[in-house]
Amino acid sequence: MNETVLKTKNLNLYYGDFYALKDIDFNVYKNSITALIGPSGCGKSTLLRCFNRMNDLIDEVRITGDIFVNDRPIRNINIIELRKKVGMVFQRPNPFPFTIYENMIYGLSVHGMNNKKRNLEIVERCLVSVGLWDDLKDRLNLPALDLSEEMKQRLCIARLLTVEPEIILLDEPCSALDPIATMRVEELMMEMKKDYTILIVTHNMQQAARVSDFTGFMLLGDLVEFDETSKIFTSPSDERTEGYITGRFG
Amino acid sequence: MRIKPGITDKMARIGFNSMAFFTVGILVVIISIICIKGVSHVNLEFIFTSPEDMGRHGGIFPSIMGTVLLALLSIVFATPLGLGTAIFLTEYTKESTFTKIIRFGVESLAGIPSIIYGLFGFIFFVIKLGMGWSLLSGVLTMTIMILPTIIRTSEEAIKAVPRNLRIVSYSLGATRWETVTKIVLTAATPGILTGIMLSVGRVVGETAAVIFTMGSSLRLPTSLMDSGRTMAVHFYILAREGISMEKAYATALILVLSITIINILAYYIMNKVVSKYS
Repeated sequence: MNETVLKTKNLNLYYGDFYALKDIDFNVYKNSITALIGPSGCGKSTLLRCFNRMNDLIDEVRITGDIFVNDRPIRNINIIELRKKVGMVFQRPNPFPFTIYENMIYGLSVHGMNNKKRNLEIVERCLVSVGLWDDLKDRLNLPALDLSEEMKQRLCIARLLTVEPEIILLDEPCSALDPIATMRVEELMMEMKKDYTILIVTHNMQQAARVSDFTGFMLLGDLVEFDETSKIFTSPSDERTEGYITGRFG
Repeated sequence: MRIKPGITDKMARIGFNSMAFFTVGILVVIISIICIKGVSHVNLEFIFTSPEDMGRHGGIFPSIMGTVLLALLSIVFATPLGLGTAIFLTEYTKESTFTKIIRFGVESLAGIPSIIYGLFGFIFFVIKLGMGWSLLSGVLTMTIMILPTIIRTSEEAIKAVPRNLRIVSYSLGATRWETVTKIVLTAATPGILTGIMLSVGRVVGETAAVIFTMGSSLRLPTSLMDSGRTMAVHFYILAREGISMEKAYATALILVLSITIINILAYYIMNKVVSKYS
């Protein structure tokens, strides 16, 4: 099996009195796509957000247990370095209300890269890798908010790639997209797997089945089952997993 | 008897239309009177020369400069202070009794009549600190007077920036400072500018508090410690003391024109910013 890049051990998370993640042991393997599925409120986004410490932005969050990124305990990693390494794409496409180019260089500028020529090369490379360069190369100074929803989401992925993350967290990245746009983003994910490790939270079980190599099923804060996607979808070992993927509840 | 819904609807439409026309009508009447009475006395000489004989003759150049300096310096002082407070309240602190007290203070300050600011400025800056009637006393008093407006409008503008933009910025590895300066303030610029423009309007139109602190000298202020007179004060004195109604109207016309020009410029800048981004 591949090398582990994200790992949790006995991870517990509380929002105030609410016990949101219960004793989670979880691994994400290098250059693979791992999907987290489960009904709303099961804690899959919360688990995802542990890996780039986005939960820190929420008041009254308490975390116990261990989280490792490349075998280093997360608390020993500088938060800026961590977020550069572990990037995130959100549910709704959320470009800044700036131009396309300004969106693309934002991550670079916060990491102190202000060489215009080099930045333009990076912008080109990242837009090429999400398949937007041909469409946008002459329109870099247009407002990013004028793009279609799919292009905005691709732009957000490209914006993230500029800071060269190793791991990409996707929090239901297709929930605001139509089926054709969803298909294109899924194809993009498959391509990106070569260079990045991807952890995706999805509501859409078929999406998990189509794109992921590993799947974790979560329910009420528990990681009920974690295995290779083919196994989870054909012969799950826990009856709750089976109940969920066959549509008995969810 | 029940009135037919169609008739109620028609009456409402006529009612609201007339209210809107009435409001705009008042504005048109005021501006027309000022224009009709003042336009024949406005020329380049009026704009670029100093007044003579208490303002009966000559122009209003020192008052124009006094107005520009007072407004400009007050904005230069109040904007960083007000914006800083708004940023602190929205981005750097959590809602608590302390922020509630600050907000209550700001709300209260906004409701105080300008004459009270004038009296405070007179007692504190002019007398206690020995600044005398001077541009500096005026600027500091005006700064305090417009702070609540700048704080409140900036706060609203900053709060209107969607929270997810901040979260995205953090997720890209930005610090709070970078997020605030590069994302929040940029996105909030139109709202912040609106507050600044409102404040310019307040300073330019203020009389009582200015007379108490900046004085009403007809000379051109050449240093911060010089007394001076704004157009609004000049207009007030010319009209109140019956010196020259023609010159008063001409001054009012220049005042209205300058506020209009400032507003047009501000809207132009704002539109540029907004259209660049959406």
